[in-house]
Amino acid sequence: MTSGSARPGAALAAICQTLAMVAALAALAPAARAQALSFPPLTGRVVDDAGILSPATDSELDEMLARMEHANGDQVVVVTLKSLQGHSIEDFGYQLGRFWGIGQKAKSNGVLLIVAPNERKVRIEVGYGLEGELTDAASRVIIERDIVPAFGRGDFDAGVLAGTESILKVLGGDKWVAQSAAHPRAQPGASSQNQMAWVGWVLLGGWGVFFLAIYLVATRHPPRKAYLLRRTGRRSNSSGIPGGFWVGEVGGGGFGSGVSGGGGWFSGGGGSFGGGGASGSW
Amino acid sequence: MRARGVEFARVMVLLAPALVVLAGCGVNKIPTLDEQVKAAWSQVLNEYQRRADLIPNLVRVVAAYAHQEQTVLTQVTQARAKAVQLQIPADILSNPQAFHEFEQRQAALGTSLSRLLALRESYPALKSNQNFLALQSQLEGTENRIAVARRDYIIAVQNYNIELRTLPSAWTAELLYPKLKVRQTFTVSAQAEEVPAVKF
Repeated sequence: MTSGSARPGAALAAICQTLAMVAALAALAPAARAQALSFPPLTGRVVDDAGILSPATDSELDEMLARMEHANGDQVVVVTLKSLQGHSIEDFGYQLGRFWGIGQKAKSNGVLLIVAPNERKVRIEVGYGLEGELTDAASRVIIERDIVPAFGRGDFDAGVLAGTESILKVLGGDKWVAQSAAHPRAQPGASSQNQMAWVGWVLLGGWGVFFLAIYLVATRHPPRKAYLLRRTGRRSNSSGIPGGFWVGEVGGGGFGSGVSGGGGWFSGGGGSFGGGGASGSW
Repeated sequence: MRARGVEFARVMVLLAPALVVLAGCGVNKIPTLDEQVKAAWSQVLNEYQRRADLIPNLVRVVAAYAHQEQTVLTQVTQARAKAVQLQIPADILSNPQAFHEFEQRQAALGTSLSRLLALRESYPALKSNQNFLALQSQLEGTENRIAVARRDYIIAVQNYNIELRTLPSAWTAELLYPKLKVRQTFTVSAQAEEVPAVKF
C-alpha cells in the first residue's frame, strides 16, 4: 500500500520537476536576451576600461574614493567605457550599477561616474539611497560646471578629478576631500605607504618561512637550497605587497564584502540603481 | 507505541513525495513572483507620482517667462489633472481596460510635457533660468526613472505570467491560487511615444 502510493508520487514528482525545469529554462531565455550588454570587470574603484586616465589620476581617485567609503560607507566608482554597445548611457548606467552592485545592499548608497569617450557622453548614476542627497539637479550642475568644460579641452584627467571631488563634497565628504587638497597626499599617502610596506614585509617573511619549512621538510638536498630560496624570495616579493595592501584595506574600512582569503578584490555590496542622476555630452 | 511510530513513518512516506511535487510546482514561487510584480508596480506609480509633483512648479516657472503660451500651459495642467485624478481600480493589473486607460493618460501627460519643455528654445531667458534648469534636470531624471521602473515591471510581469501559464505551475495556480490572473504589461509603442525628447 505504502510503496504502491509512493511510487506514483515519485513518478509525478519526477515529471513535475522536469516540467518545472523546462518552464525555468523558458523563463530564463528572455532574461538572457535582456542581459545582452557585456560589462567590464569591477577591478577597483577606478575602472579605466577606455584607457583615458593617467596612472597618477587613477591612484589619486582611488585614494579619494577609498577615504570616502571608509568615512561614511558611500561607495563611489569611476568607470570609463570603450563602448556603450549601442545603448543610451542612461540605459547602460543603471544596468552596470546593478550588475556590479555598487553600494551597500541595505542602503543602495552607490554612485557611478561613467565616461564614454567614444560616444562623448558622461553620466552620474546615483543609487536609490543617495537620490535625496546627490539630486539630479546637483548631478547636472557637476557635469556642466566641472566635467564638460575639461572634457571639451580633451583633458579627461582634470574633468574626472573635479567631478569626483564635487560628488564627494555633495555626499558630505568635504572634510576628506579638503584634507587631501590641503596636504597633497604628503602625510596620509606616506603613512599608508609605510603601513603597506610594513604589512608586505611581514607577509613576505611569513611566506618565506613557510616555503623554507616546506622545503626543509620535503627535501634534504643542501646544494639546491640557495637557488630555491632566491626563487621563493622573488615570488613572495611580487605577491606580498598587494596582499598587504588589501589586508590594510579590510582593517580600515570593513566594507568589501567580496574580500576573500588569499587575494581579495574590491567589490560592490549589492546596492541597486533606479535611473537617478544626470547625463551630459561634450 | 510501536504502532504509532509505524503510522508516523507511513504518513511521512506519503507526505514526502507530495512536498517534493509541490515545491517543484510553484507553490511558493507563484506568490513570490506575484509580490515582485506588486512591488514593481508600486515603483512605477511612485515615479509617475514624482513626475506629477514636479509639474506645478515647472508650469509656474515657465509661465513667468512665457505667459502668452497659454494653450501649452493649460494643456499640461489638464493632462496632469487627468492623470492624477484617474481612479485606479484595485484590479488594474489584470484589467486590460483600466490598465490601458492609465497608460494613455500618462502618455498624454508625457507628450504635453515635452511640448512645454520645448518652449525653452523660443525663450532664451527661460533657458538660462536656474530654477528652470534645476526642474528640467529633475524631470529628465524622473523620466529616466520611469523608464527603468517600467522595464523592471515588464520583467517582473513576464516572469510571473510565464509561471502562471506554463506547466506544472499552471496546475498549482489553478488549484491553490484561483484568484491570481495574468497581469497586464506596458506596450512598447506607448513607451516609445511617451518618453519626451528632453535633451539639452
